[in-house]
Amino acid sequence: MTTVALPRRRASGAALPSVAPGVAITYLSVVVLLPLSALLWESHKGGLDAFWQAVTAPDAVAALKLTLGAALLVALINAVFGTLIAWVLVRDSFIGKGLANSLIDLPFALPTVVAGLTLLTLYGPNSPIGLNITYTRKAVVLALMFETLPFVIRSVQPVLLELDREMEEAAASLGARGHVIFRRVVLPNLLPAILSGMALAFARAVGEYGSVVMLSGNVPFATEVASVHIYSQIQSDYVTGATAMSVVLLSISLVVLLSISALHRWSSKHDR
Amino acid sequence: MIVRYGLRLVALTYLALLLIIPVGMIVAHTFSGGLAPVWTALTDPDAIKALGLTLKIAIIVVPLNTLFGITMALVMVRREFRGKALLSALIDLPFAVSPVIVGFTLILVYGMNGWFGEFFINQGYPIIFSTPGMVLATMFASLPFVCREVIPVLREIGTEQEQAAATLGARAHQTFRRITLPAIRWGIVYGVVLTTARAIGEYGAVAVVSGNVIGQTQTLTLRVSQEYQNFDHIAAYTAALELAVIALVTLFLMNLFHPRKDH
Repeated sequence: MTTVALPRRRASGAALPSVAPGVAITYLSVVVLLPLSALLWESHKGGLDAFWQAVTAPDAVAALKLTLGAALLVALINAVFGTLIAWVLVRDSFIGKGLANSLIDLPFALPTVVAGLTLLTLYGPNSPIGLNITYTRKAVVLALMFETLPFVIRSVQPVLLELDREMEEAAASLGARGHVIFRRVVLPNLLPAILSGMALAFARAVGEYGSVVMLSGNVPFATEVASVHIYSQIQSDYVTGATAMSVVLLSISLVVLLSISALHRWSSKHDR
Repeated sequence: MIVRYGLRLVALTYLALLLIIPVGMIVAHTFSGGLAPVWTALTDPDAIKALGLTLKIAIIVVPLNTLFGITMALVMVRREFRGKALLSALIDLPFAVSPVIVGFTLILVYGMNGWFGEFFINQGYPIIFSTPGMVLATMFASLPFVCREVIPVLREIGTEQEQAAATLGARAHQTFRRITLPAIRWGIVYGVVLTTARAIGEYGAVAVVSGNVIGQTQTLTLRVSQEYQNFDHIAAYTAALELAVIALVTLFLMNLFHPRKDH
């Protein structure tokens, strides 16, 4: 058996001018890596004591608790309603379904500050339905609900589409009721997608600024979230405080990102 | 049957209360005083400058991030090297960073007391509180989109056609232009749409580094919040409507270039 030696040209990767990868990595370093290193450098400059003091300051703790609590609540709300909406968009059919489906992505396309103003119009001081939630924690949750709406829906939808309906039919023919089928057959299949959507929603909610700042009134100890807290620390030139809170938020987001990729590895392993 | 209608009702009510009614009300609210005040707000010199600055930033950022995204995607998919997972995490990072932190880190580098702040100020090119800082903030925030859209497409098309072209004697750049680029173009277009939407809509990061000087460093998003705080609601809503129209066009393009299987 003879083998023909093909010219070993590397396709496509070699199509790049040889300097291109270097330029791209330099660009990434200047745009992302340099600013982040400045943050880490700044957090070490004052020593561990100053860092700890800034993180445990009562207003910082209050802002962090509110942010994490609201983000967790919103992730749970999304788990329920996101799954429900994904179900309706995949399994139901009605006039306007296509439109409803394309509107789901609107929170990704709409600037956060416009989202804030939008919610302010319906749920603010001049609310036409007499429902003013500004200056309450409900406003924080509502703003986050708006911004994170697409995550669970968009992560559950493709799984639901691919789901083999024969399993459900088999369960039904064996006498299982609708809610039993959902709980024992459908839900276990959707769970990784729901969890990964929740994690993305949580990560987004923890860092959200524009919509919350418009809607919540930003009262320290009451409705001030972590990113608004950082903003006000910057405004009052308290660099240590802003740095400490930034490092904490960044670490939380990193942990969430890493757990999402771990979740993906785990669920693709269990598929086989 | 009852369950099905019940679920449909809950889903649509949720979407209506959270999404459709509020966004619809922005249109109603903008035109609550008729057409004339909207026209005045739209043609206000500061409003025009804000729109101009927003577009200027997008015009600088989008091409650079697109070139970066395509190059990086090719590197990530077609080359093997150590530290790839780390690089991948670094590219995704801007998705997970709060926009306020993006702005703050730039102040730490280019601000008055930052690493290179004094240098740039002495050269007469201050970065913070001026356009370059806003461009850098927008670059950071919208960096991953093109790369993230192109990577899965590149994986899917594989290398067979490229190898075939190479076997037939095509040069590397010919293979790229005639085989690879056409195959990934819709991924690129979708990524560009997302990048543009983010660049035009960025608020938090830009708010931190801009100083918000009206007529100089005010973008459309900054104008929305500034005018709302000044109780000039028509001006705020008009700027918001401009942005909402851009968002709806974006949404339309997203659906056009990314046809989901579930339709």
